[in-house]
Amino acid sequence: MSAAHAPARRWRPPPLIANPYLRYALLVGAALYLALALGSVEVNWARLSDGWARGLRFVSGFLEPNFSRRWDDIVQGMIESLTMTVTSTVMGIAISVPIGIGAARNVVPRPVYYVCRSIIAVSRSLQEIIVAILLVAMVGFGPFAGFLTLSFATIGFLSKLLAEDIEDIDPAPVEAIRATGAPWPSLIAFGVLPQVAPRLLGLSLYRLDINFRESAVVGIVGAGGIGATLNTAIDRYEFDSAAAILILIIAIVMASEYVSGLIRGRVK
Amino acid sequence: MPVTALPEGLRSWQRRTPRGQIAVWFGWLLAVAFTVFCWRVMTQGTIWAFVWDAPTQAADIGARMVPPRWSYFPALLKPLWDTLNIATLGTLAAIVLSVPVAFLAARNTTPSVAFVRPLALFVIVASRSINSIIWALLLVAILGPGVLAGIVAIALRSIGFIGKLLYEAIEEIDEGQVEAIRATGASGAQTLAYGIVPQIMPAFAGISVFRWDINIRESTVLGLVGAGGIGLNLESSLNTLAWPQVTLILMVILATVVVSEWVSAKVRHAII
Amino acid sequence: MLTIAGLSKRYAKGDKALDDVSLGIPAGQVVGLIGPSGAGKSTLIRCVNRLVEPTSGSIRLGDTEITRLGGAGLRRARRRMGMIFQEYALVERLTVMENVLSGRLGYVGFWRAFLRRFPQADMDRAFAVLERVGLLDHVDKRADELSGGQRQRVGIARALVQEPDILLVDEPTASLDPKTSRQIMRLIVEVCAERQLAAIVNIHDVALAQMFVQRIIGLKAGRVVFDGSPEALDTAALTAIYGEEDWSRTIREVEDDAAEEAAAQDAVRVLRAQATPAAARAL
Repeated sequence: MSAAHAPARRWRPPPLIANPYLRYALLVGAALYLALALGSVEVNWARLSDGWARGLRFVSGFLEPNFSRRWDDIVQGMIESLTMTVTSTVMGIAISVPIGIGAARNVVPRPVYYVCRSIIAVSRSLQEIIVAILLVAMVGFGPFAGFLTLSFATIGFLSKLLAEDIEDIDPAPVEAIRATGAPWPSLIAFGVLPQVAPRLLGLSLYRLDINFRESAVVGIVGAGGIGATLNTAIDRYEFDSAAAILILIIAIVMASEYVSGLIRGRVK
Repeated sequence: MPVTALPEGLRSWQRRTPRGQIAVWFGWLLAVAFTVFCWRVMTQGTIWAFVWDAPTQAADIGARMVPPRWSYFPALLKPLWDTLNIATLGTLAAIVLSVPVAFLAARNTTPSVAFVRPLALFVIVASRSINSIIWALLLVAILGPGVLAGIVAIALRSIGFIGKLLYEAIEEIDEGQVEAIRATGASGAQTLAYGIVPQIMPAFAGISVFRWDINIRESTVLGLVGAGGIGLNLESSLNTLAWPQVTLILMVILATVVVSEWVSAKVRHAII
Repeated sequence: MLTIAGLSKRYAKGDKALDDVSLGIPAGQVVGLIGPSGAGKSTLIRCVNRLVEPTSGSIRLGDTEITRLGGAGLRRARRRMGMIFQEYALVERLTVMENVLSGRLGYVGFWRAFLRRFPQADMDRAFAVLERVGLLDHVDKRADELSGGQRQRVGIARALVQEPDILLVDEPTASLDPKTSRQIMRLIVEVCAERQLAAIVNIHDVALAQMFVQRIIGLKAGRVVFDGSPEALDTAALTAIYGEEDWSRTIREVEDDAAEEAAAQDAVRVLRAQATPAAARAL
C-alpha cells in the first residue's frame, strides 16, 4: 500500500515568534538582562539575618495587633484619612465630570478635546506622593495638602475613564436627540449622561476606595492622615501597632468594596 | 404614580412619585451635609494663612527650580537602572506568586470554596489594600534599606493586583471548552493546561505588562522611604533643598513613565 | 413642503454617496425611498436635517434654506423635522415618557430638561401622542423593558411630539417581524394623513413600500433612477434600481398582500380625505 511508504508526518506546535533569529535573540537578551539585574542587587546578608527576627515579630504582630498603645493617634489619623477621602472624592468628581465630557472625542469640538486631554495627561503623569511633597511645601503640613493631592489625582483617573466610556456609548440615541434640535447641554443631559450614569457611579465608588488607600500614603510625607501614625510606628519598630493600623486599613477597604458591590448591584 | 390627573381631564407627569422626589432630595441633602461636615473636621487644624500664601510659595519654589541642573544627570543613571530592576524583578516575582493564588481564588478552579477560596481572597485584598510605598516602609524596617526591599515591596503589592484580575478572568472563561477537554478523558492538570490556560493567556499577558508599567511608575518613588532607585536621589535632593536637582529628577521620572507607558501599550497591542 | 435641488454628497474617502439628486415633496405625501444598500438612502435623509453635511445643492423646507443654516437656526429647523430610526435609537435607561419628552428638547431650556420640569403644554402633547400610538399604559416603563414594536412606537411618538412638518424615517421596520412591520408602517402612514405630514421613508422591503406609500423613489449609486406611483414599479424599474434578478415573485407577493391590506388602505384614504390641517392640529 502506498500509505505504508508515505513518510511519517511530524507536527510541532508553531512557535510564538516565527522568526528563529528574533526568537533566540529575545531569549538570550532576556537571560542576559536577568543575570545582570540579579547581579546588581546588593544583598547584605548580615542585615538580612537581623531582619529575619524583625520579620517574625511583624508576623506575630499581625496575629496579636496592639490597638491600645497608639489608640489616640490611630483615631486622629483615621478621622483625617476618612474626611480627606470623602472631601477629595466629592471635589474630584465635581471637577472630573465636565473635564471627562470635554475629553470625549464624540461630543465636543476638537480644541476643547485637546485642552481636556492635556489636563488629564498632567494629572496622570505625576505620582500622588510627589504632588503631596510639592503641596506640603506650598500649603503647609496637614490634611489640607492631602485633600488637594487626592483631588488632583482623582481628576486624572475619573476624567480619563469617563471620557473613554462616553466615547464607547451607543451613538444612535445621541443622533436621535440631536435630530430633535436639542441644544448641546440638553443633548448631554438626555443622550449621554443616562448612558454613562451607572459606570460613573461605579468608577466614583472605586475611586473613593483608592483615595482611602492613597490617604495612608500621603501621610508619610506630612500631608495628614493615618500614614503619619503608621510611619512613626514603623520607625520605632512597633510592629504590633503597625499591624493594628494595617488591619484597620484592610478592614475598611474590604467593607467599602462590599458596600460598593451592593450599590452597583442595585443600580443597573 | 408619577402620572397625576389634573382637573379638566389634563394629566401631569413627573419623573418620580412625590414621595420618591422627597427621598431623592433628602438623599442629596444628606450627602451635601456629610461632605460639609467632613470638610469642617478635616480643616480644623488648617492654617489658612499658609494656604492663601501658597501661590507666593509656589512662585518661589518654581523660581528656584529653574534651570534644571543638567550636570547631575550622569549620577542618575545607576539609580535609573535600579529602578528598572525593582519594577521588572518585582513584577516577575509577583507573577510567579500570583498565579497559584488566582487559581485558588477562582470559584471554578479552587479546590475548596469554603476554606481555600476565602484565604486566597484575603491574600489578594490584603496585598491590594496596602500601597507599595507602605510595603516598602515596612520592608526597609525589616530587611534594611536597599533595592531588595523595593523588589519585595513591588512584588507584595502586585500579587493582589495580578491575582484579582487573573482570577476574574478565570471565572469568566467559557466552560464549554473545559467540558469538551474533560470529555476526552483528560486529567485535572491536562484540563487546566488545554482547557483553561489557553483561554486566559492573552488576559494574563496583558495584565502582567500593565502591572509592569504601573510598577515602573511606583518604583520611581520607593526611594523616598529608602527602598532604592531614583527616589533615593529625590529624597536627598529634597532634604538639601537642591531644587534644580529636584527638577531634573522629576523630568527623568516623567520621561521614564512616558516611555514605559509607550512600551506597555505597544506590547499589549502586539498580544491582543 | 420639501424641495431638494442638485443635492450631492461626497465623503472624505472620495466615494460619492449622492449625485445631483432633485425632488419635491408636497405636504401630506408619504414617499418610499428604495434602493440597494449603499445607494445613499440614509445619506439623503440625513442631509435633510444636516446630521450629514451635504457637499453641494439646496434643500428647502417651506421657505427655509436648510443648507445655509448654522447653530441656532439649524436647531430651529430640526424641530420641524421628526426623525424615526431603524434601531429605534431610544435612550434605553430612560422611561418611555422621558424618551417622548426628549422630542421637546429643542423647545425647552437646559435646566427644565435636566430637572425634567417640562411645561404642562408639553406634557399634554406627550400624552396625546402616547395615546395615539397606544402606549398610555407604559408611560413609566424603561425603554429597555419594551418589545421591538413598542420601542418603535416610542420612536414615532418622540418624532410626533416635536409637531414637525415632515417625518424622516430611516428603515423603520428593519429590526421588526413581518406583522409588527406592517403595524408600524400603517401607523406612520395614518399619522401622516391625520397631521398632513410629508414623509420620506427609507425602506428595504419593496413589497411593504408598495403596500403603504403613495409614491416611490428608487435610488441607485446616489442617483434617482425611478420616481413614480407604487403601481408603476414593474420588473423593468426594479432591474434599473437593483440590477438583474427574477422579480416576478416579489411583484406577485405584492399583489397578494395588496388584497389583504386593501381595507386598511381604504381607511387611510378616507382619513386623508377628511383630514384638514386644522383637524390635524386638534388631534
